[in-house]
Amino acid sequence: MSLRTPETIIETQAVTKRFSGSRGLFRPATFVSAVNAVSLKIRRGETFSIVGESGCGKSTLARLLVRLLHPSEGAVLYQGTDISSLSETDMRRLRKDLQFVFQDPFSSLNPRMTVGALIEEPMKVHTSLSRPERRQNVAELLRKVGLRPAFSNRYPHEFSGGQRQRIGIARALASGPKVIVGDEPVSALDVSVQAQVINLLEDLKAEFDLTLVLIAHDLAVIRHMSDRIAVMYLGEVVELAPNEALYNEPLHPYTQALMQAIPIASPHGRSMDAALTGDVPSPLAPPAGCRFHPRCPHASSLCSTEKPELTETGTDRMIACHHWEKFAGNAQTHLREPPRSANAEKRFTLFRERCQQQEPTTADNP
Amino acid sequence: MSAVISTVEPAEETVRPESRAWKKLKASKSALLGFAIVAFFIGIAVAAPILPIADPAATSWSVVRKAPSAVHWLGTDEIGRDILSRMIWGAQASLMAGVVSVLIAVLVGVPFGLISGYFGGWIDQVISRITDALLATPFLILAIALAAFLGPSLTNAMIAIGLSAMPIFVRLTRGQVLSVKTEDYVEGARAVGLAHFAIMARYILPNVFAPVLVQATLTVATAIIAEASLSFLGLGQQPPAPSWGSMLNVAKNFMTQAPWMAWWPGAAIFLVVLGFNLLGDGLRDALDPRET
Repeated sequence: MSLRTPETIIETQAVTKRFSGSRGLFRPATFVSAVNAVSLKIRRGETFSIVGESGCGKSTLARLLVRLLHPSEGAVLYQGTDISSLSETDMRRLRKDLQFVFQDPFSSLNPRMTVGALIEEPMKVHTSLSRPERRQNVAELLRKVGLRPAFSNRYPHEFSGGQRQRIGIARALASGPKVIVGDEPVSALDVSVQAQVINLLEDLKAEFDLTLVLIAHDLAVIRHMSDRIAVMYLGEVVELAPNEALYNEPLHPYTQALMQAIPIASPHGRSMDAALTGDVPSPLAPPAGCRFHPRCPHASSLCSTEKPELTETGTDRMIACHHWEKFAGNAQTHLREPPRSANAEKRFTLFRERCQQQEPTTADNP
Repeated sequence: MSAVISTVEPAEETVRPESRAWKKLKASKSALLGFAIVAFFIGIAVAAPILPIADPAATSWSVVRKAPSAVHWLGTDEIGRDILSRMIWGAQASLMAGVVSVLIAVLVGVPFGLISGYFGGWIDQVISRITDALLATPFLILAIALAAFLGPSLTNAMIAIGLSAMPIFVRLTRGQVLSVKTEDYVEGARAVGLAHFAIMARYILPNVFAPVLVQATLTVATAIIAEASLSFLGLGQQPPAPSWGSMLNVAKNFMTQAPWMAWWPGAAIFLVVLGFNLLGDGLRDALDPRET
C-alpha cells in the first residue's frame, strides 16, 4: 500500500443539475436543483455508494457521471478529461469505459432484441471483433453472470427480474468498461435475488478490475460491499465516509437518522423515539442555510442562515454540518445487536422446539 | 460465491429470430387467408395481359348494362364493356394506387415522425406544424390539388394520394415515439454509445411499428377510393383504362338499373382491404416476440 492518495477516476466539480418546473403563461419559470454543487472524487478500483431517500437527486447524479444528463453547471471529469464538454462522437467513444446498469430490469432491455443481440451490441459499437468472436464473448459473458449461453436466442420477456438484471449487467460488461454505474441495480428485485446480484457484482468487480458506483436507498444492501459511502440529502452530499466508519460512527445528524431507520432483528435494539419528523422540503424551494435544518434535532440559528460546507474531518471523511463535533460522541450504535440475556435464549430454544413439533400437524391440516 | 453457476446444458434449439417470425406467420390461419387474398388479386393483376378475356375497352352497343350471363360472367357496363375483363385490368391500377401510395406515405411519413418525436425541440415544432397544416386540409382536396399540380396520370395520382395520406403517419409515429423514447432501454442505448440513427432504427422503430402497420392496411382502402375520385376528375387512371374506383364511381349512377356494376368493384375493394388487414395483423403479431 502506498501512502500516495489513490488515483481518482471520476471527479465531479461543483456539478449542478437543474430541471425546469412548471412554467405558466403568467408565472415565471421555476427550477428544481436536483443536484446542487456536488463535488466528489471516485477512486479507481473502489466501490463507491451514494445513498439517500427518494428525490434526493442520487439517480440524477448517477446519470451526470456518465453524461446521460448534461450538468447545468460544473464539470464531470473522467481520468482528467471533462466529459461534459466532449463532442457527441468523442463521448460515444468514451462510453466504452463508462457503463450503466438501470434500476428497472423490465424496461431497460429492448423487448424486440434477443438477449444475444443485446449483449453483442456494445461490442459491435466499440470493438472490431468478428461475428464469431463476438458470439463467443456473448456466451462467455452469459456464463459469467450465471446464465446459460443457449439463452442468447431468447427474448428478454422470457426471463425473471433477477435474470434480466443479469442480462443488463452482462451488457454493461460487454464493452470492457472501467467504471460501471448502477442506478439502484437491485431495488426492483426480491430480497433473495438482491443478494445474488450484489454478490455477482462484487465478483465481477474483482474479475474485471472495475470501479463500481452504486446508487441505493437501502443502507443494508450496500453495507457489505462499499468502500466509501456518500450520503445525499436534497441534492447535496452531507457526509462522505469509509464504509465501516460510517456505519459505526455516523457523524451527520441525517446519517444518524438513516442508521436508526434500519430495521433490527432484535427486540432490545428497537427504540421508540422517532428518528426524524417532518417531510423532505420541496426541492423547488429548499430551506436557506443548511438544507437539513428544519428536520435536524441539533439545529441552531446558525444552521438556518449559513450553509455548512462539505469539509474534511481528518480520517478520510467529509461532513457538511456546523455542529458535528458537539454530538459526534452520542452517535447511536443501533446496528450492533445487544447480546441476548440467558432468559431470552431459553425462550428462543423453547420456541424453536415448539415450532418443530407443530410443523407436521400444520402440514396435515392446511 | 462463484460467479459461474454450473448448469446442465440441454441441446437448445438455435432458432434465428427471423425464422421464428416466419414460423409464427405461417402458423396464423388468418394471416395465411389474408396472404392468399392479396396474392390472388396481385396474381390476376399481373396475369391480365395473358388471360383469355375480352378487351376491357371494347364497347358493344348490343350488350349495354346486361346482367351477369354465360357470355359476360360479371355482366356489362353502361357502354357494353365486359365487367370481368375491366375488373381484371382494373386490379392493376387499383392495387398500385392502394399499395404504392400507402408505401409512399409510410416511407415519407414514418421517418419524419421518428425524427420529430425523437429529437423534439425546433425540429419537432417545424415538422408538427407542417403536419397540422396538411391535416387541416381535407384529404381529398389535398390529393386533388397535388394531382392537378403534378399533371394527370396514374403515377402522379399515386404520388398525390401518398403525400396526402402522409401526415397521418407522421402524427401517429411521432406520438408513439414520444411514449417509447421515455423507456429505459432507449436511455440504455445511449449509455452503450449508439448513434442517434442506430437508436432510431433498432430501438425505436421496431417498437412503434405495430400501430403504423395497422394504419397502413386501413389506408389502402382509402387510397383505392381516392384514386377513383381522382380519375373521376380526370386526374387518375386515364379512361378508357379501367380502375375499380372509377368503375364504382360510374356504377353509382345505375344502382337501380344495373346494381351488378357496383357489386364487383365494391366486393373487390372490400376483399383486398380485408386481405391486407389480415396480413398486416398477422405480420404485427409475428414480428412481436412477446406474442406467442
